[in-house]
Amino acid sequence: MAKATIKQLNDAYASKFGFAMPEKSVVSFDFGLSSEIIAAISDHKQEPEWMRTFRQRSLQTFVKMPLPKWGPSLAEIDFEQIRYYIKDTEVEQRSWDEVPTEIKQTFDRLGVPQAEREFLAGVKAQYNSEVAYSSLQKELDEQGVIFCSMEEALQKHADLFQEYFGKLVPASDNKFAALNSAAWSGGSFVYIPKNTHVKRPLQSYFRINAARMGQFERTLIIADEGSSAHYVEGCTAPVYSEYSLHAAVVEVFVKRNARFRYTTIQNWSGNIYNLVTKRAQVLADGVMEWVDGNLGAKTTMKYPSCYLAEEGAYGEMLSVAYAKNQQIQDTGAKMIHLAPNTASKIVAKSVSVAGGQSNYRGLVHVTKAATNSKSKVECDALILDGQSGTSTYPDMRILGENAIVEHEASVSEIEEDKLFYLMSRGLDKTEAMTLLVAGFIEPIVKELPLEYAVELNRLIELEMEGSVG
Amino acid sequence: MLTLKNLSVRLHKKNILNKIDIRIPDGETHVLMGQNGAGKSTLAQSIMGNPNYQVTGEILFADQNLLDLDPQQRAALGVFLSFQQILEIPGVKIYDYLKLLYKKSHEQKLTPLKFKAFLREKMALLAFDESFLERSLNHGFSGGEKKKMEVLQMLVIEPKLVILDEIDSGLDIDAIQAVARAVNYLKEKHQTSVLIITHYSRILQFLTLDKVHLLSKGQLVKTGGAELVRQIEDKGFQSVL
Repeated sequence: MAKATIKQLNDAYASKFGFAMPEKSVVSFDFGLSSEIIAAISDHKQEPEWMRTFRQRSLQTFVKMPLPKWGPSLAEIDFEQIRYYIKDTEVEQRSWDEVPTEIKQTFDRLGVPQAEREFLAGVKAQYNSEVAYSSLQKELDEQGVIFCSMEEALQKHADLFQEYFGKLVPASDNKFAALNSAAWSGGSFVYIPKNTHVKRPLQSYFRINAARMGQFERTLIIADEGSSAHYVEGCTAPVYSEYSLHAAVVEVFVKRNARFRYTTIQNWSGNIYNLVTKRAQVLADGVMEWVDGNLGAKTTMKYPSCYLAEEGAYGEMLSVAYAKNQQIQDTGAKMIHLAPNTASKIVAKSVSVAGGQSNYRGLVHVTKAATNSKSKVECDALILDGQSGTSTYPDMRILGENAIVEHEASVSEIEEDKLFYLMSRGLDKTEAMTLLVAGFIEPIVKELPLEYAVELNRLIELEMEGSVG
Repeated sequence: MLTLKNLSVRLHKKNILNKIDIRIPDGETHVLMGQNGAGKSTLAQSIMGNPNYQVTGEILFADQNLLDLDPQQRAALGVFLSFQQILEIPGVKIYDYLKLLYKKSHEQKLTPLKFKAFLREKMALLAFDESFLERSLNHGFSGGEKKKMEVLQMLVIEPKLVILDEIDSGLDIDAIQAVARAVNYLKEKHQTSVLIITHYSRILQFLTLDKVHLLSKGQLVKTGGAELVRQIEDKGFQSVL
């Protein structure tokens, strides 16, 4: 895409979300990626030898691996122009009062503070690369739940960390997983002890606020046997002018009879490549649910997966994608059935407008061992105008006996008669379109925590303004 | 006052209505009758501004020619059409939707508490259960529920001119009475003009009628008083043509 278009995009974004906080970083390394920079990250974080080695090996893997040959073009990413590490504040903060005013203002502009105050004790917010604010809830401590930054976990819970880190998503999984493994910084570590039920969602906000900054968070979650919890992350990035890369890795271990839900709302500004590897392993009778909303970014590639590794495991993916202004939302899910009587469900909804492209790309793999398994895939695409597009790339590999697999796909346009119906009641075209779009994604939105649902509906409203001709 | 002057309507290059002249003064209730395919719904849709129809002539209301206005501008002037074919809008919560309709049609704002009281009063008039407020607009509704939801929207908007296109089809007698109650309530409170399109006299016995128009094959063939309804019902359309 031409530079001028990017600028227009950002100006449009600026007028709506209109803020970019001045950068105030404590440490910032040079541009580009080298063995020295990776070593410097390790030095700065005072990492153990195994992690130093892991990073260096991952760097080698990253250099050797080619870019994916399928999907949207990533040729414009210039890895030399990315700054690999920024640490924003020196110490993690425990009380809301100590959080820098600038950061609070960012939340303020997004209408977050009410939720923040309400969930104060349960919130972890990441500002740039590290956790800027963290106040562990008393309840969590009492329950023995660990919810901290990855850096803290590596120091304080070394054995647990090493046992699981990189075991589901190896560095060699894909080029961006390798990059993340080499340069990761920040992200959350969660451990839910056996038979422990965490009632309030564990929340984490991610923000990027520095130009040319790569952000490579790493999230590691272990839900032990019989436990249940809900993790929520939300992002709305401020404006900046050059390409930026977000390549996160998320690993979730769902043990026997455990139940885990991972909810993400992402609204990166229109210049970001959002390339995320999310994977969960689900053991016997465990339940893993991904809920994923992608609104922004230049290109998003994200296919959360569930490895249904033992009998009775269940995996679910509910996603909504919103693509406009040449954005590409290439999203989907992967359900890998590895054991008998496993089940999975994928519901993917997308909205394309003003030249946006939404693709569903998904895999359902029922292996030979996975007898009597079930899978249901439902993809619904809504296209708002003639310049926008949608594609579906479903991959079904069914080898297990007695498998029941369903796939439904629909593509629809905003129906003129519905628009007329709503406009005849006094709504203008934008309001009518907003209602119809909001109604279309409602089945996903209703699964979100209330304040996120409100924020998402507000974002849709803002997005629809100006994109309705 | 609604004035249709020399109104002709085409759909897909086919003439549906020819040179219709009708005047409905403020506060009057008129009935539009006619056989299937006579053009009754086309007339209603044309007044509301359905973009599928090519309309010539004049539709004057509130000192404006509606043909120059978009559907939402016509609605803003106080025109309301209850649809014959009622669309389902999944995912749109009725309470939020009605709140939006109220906001668009009223200058005065209501507190959430007062708006709830306002809604409760209108729903009681229609014997509508409040649990409907949590549901999606018309989604999974029975035919009768959809009709009542149209009337509820009408009561929330409080329009100056309402066109009811076969609002009574498929309604039981209790529901018909409820709809008539709602129409009379609006007329009393806001001097609303009413145009009712119907095949049956049942709903009409609960209303005070000023004029009855008979449409046949796209032409306005007769205009008379309330007695015309009885005549049509007793002897059929042929007897009055």
